[in-house]
Amino acid sequence: MAGMTLTEKILAKHAQRARVAPGDNIWVDIDVLMTHDVCGPGTIGVFHKQFGKNAKVWDRDKVVIIPDHYIFTADAMANRNVDVLRAFVKEQGLPHFYDVGTDRYKGVCHIALAEEGHTRPGELLLGTDSHTCNAGAFGEFATGIGNTDAGFVMGTGKLWLKTPPTMRFVFHGELPPWLMAKDMILSVIGDIGCDGATYKAMEFDGQGVFGLNMEERMTLCNMVIEAGGKNGVIAPDQVTLDYVNARNKSGKKYEVTQSDGDATFEFEKVYDLSQLKPVVAKPHSPDNKAFVDELVGTRLDRAYIGSCTGGKMTDFRAAARVLNGHTVKVDTFIVPATTEIAKNLKTETLDGKSLEQVFLNAGAKIGEASCAACLGGPGDTFGRLNAALRCISTTNRNFPGRMGHKEAEVFLASPLTVAASALNGSITDPREYFA
Amino acid sequence: MKLPEIIRGKVYVLGDNVDTDQIIPAQYLTFNPSIPEEYRQFGKYALIGVPASQGGLPKGHIPFHEAGDEFVSPYTIIVAGKNFGCGSSREHAPIALDAAGIKAVIAEFYARIFFRNAVNGGYLIPFETPARLIEKVCTGDVLRIELATSTMVNETTGEQFLLRSLGEVAPIIETGGLFPYAEKAGMFSPPSH
Repeated sequence: MAGMTLTEKILAKHAQRARVAPGDNIWVDIDVLMTHDVCGPGTIGVFHKQFGKNAKVWDRDKVVIIPDHYIFTADAMANRNVDVLRAFVKEQGLPHFYDVGTDRYKGVCHIALAEEGHTRPGELLLGTDSHTCNAGAFGEFATGIGNTDAGFVMGTGKLWLKTPPTMRFVFHGELPPWLMAKDMILSVIGDIGCDGATYKAMEFDGQGVFGLNMEERMTLCNMVIEAGGKNGVIAPDQVTLDYVNARNKSGKKYEVTQSDGDATFEFEKVYDLSQLKPVVAKPHSPDNKAFVDELVGTRLDRAYIGSCTGGKMTDFRAAARVLNGHTVKVDTFIVPATTEIAKNLKTETLDGKSLEQVFLNAGAKIGEASCAACLGGPGDTFGRLNAALRCISTTNRNFPGRMGHKEAEVFLASPLTVAASALNGSITDPREYFA
Repeated sequence: MKLPEIIRGKVYVLGDNVDTDQIIPAQYLTFNPSIPEEYRQFGKYALIGVPASQGGLPKGHIPFHEAGDEFVSPYTIIVAGKNFGCGSSREHAPIALDAAGIKAVIAEFYARIFFRNAVNGGYLIPFETPARLIEKVCTGDVLRIELATSTMVNETTGEQFLLRSLGEVAPIIETGGLFPYAEKAGMFSPPSH
């Protein structure tokens, strides 16, 4: 009997079965359920409608509520939705709430989950956000669900899932300094297409993956949904354990597991990082891949560095390295994913200046930690494309209208490429800054 | 949702990779679908993010709503290409189509979260088609879907097409969604009133 992949092993354990195979429909026990201000109110509505107005969530300690989408806006409806979360947290006595306007406020849920110790190897995490797959970086099964599913989980702690087959992506070699995890994942999405992994698990493997820090591993797993993937996963190693153990405040025990040597992968693709060049996704799809050197000189109106997939310390360190001592030629927006990252921008230095100072000196604008313009949002959202502008961005999607205006054009790229492009006002190969 | 034997109505045709930002753009997600008046609002903004040239194929530039009813569309069936509903996990997407009066979508295949949400929430029936229908059906044609035989007849042209059977999600669709299905499966007990 063939072995199981990491994804299959986690699902089997949570279904209390010895094994599962791709295609098996199973009921699984959920370790963590996350929701936020956009999908939380609908989820809470489903929960109360189905379980009753006096119902209690299945396990207070397993529900995590992180407002992050529409935070710094005057939009009354958006603010009302955060109030709905507050009322629910109070009613249920939920301990894991990161409320706006308090010291606990975090910012983008996926990075907040990791920083606050809600991600652990071997666990099963569901969230009402498609980028919940981000947490697969920690060697767990994590995927996005809708309000109905989340309402069901809130009341029962369970959900039915279909076991996905696993595709494996192996990266040999080491990442050169001008490339980042964003170039790796944009390559994969471009190669298999934005439906290339629909319903499937994507496991990342190889020296090139295990050489990445946790933030970069999150960037890889975050964007599997852009290929249609159900979950992305990386086997835990010492880098994972060091991160998790430093932040696992509850001290909750977890199980480290990996794919069996004789597991069946439905598909395998091998990359040699020494052959990879900086990549962009052209408008209007994350799989519209091109190499940066094919687009050099394309005029831009704006640059944006932020979001769960492009607004972490590793992203800002990279951008600062390029921007340091130069001035941007187009409006450049910096949005830290979380308040922890925002604080670190003030304390971490480069050539004796804080990263925040490097950005301000370069002429960039810095916003507050949240999802901000990654998904457009209300009209007054920081960095939102309110006109048919052309923007290069470290975010994860560039579908029509994603960052605001329907006719805006968004190019997705690494923070290095975005920073280099901001300095020229046109798409620029970051290798120019690594001479 | 009580499962009908036949779904019949005018079709609105869309292309490939119609993502959730096109189905319901992010700025409208501030409505709370649990509140009936706000649920209705989603119908007004359904498909408002579709680029004009891609709305109502093959010609394009056909609005999804007509004058006289800003909430409910005259179209009740959508035919689309590949990967319908890709992108975000927002359940507001199938909700917007439901609020606009869409009863069924026929696509080559779906992004999985949209598919789950459509089925588990019981908003509309997501049929899959082995043939690429977006070149065989024009916006405004009258289609008839017969559930028992999984066939679709284009009454405007007389052509008939076989759809994929609903397969393993049929029991969930037939019971009306995740909660009634789970109740039947013994995984959920509604509160006693």
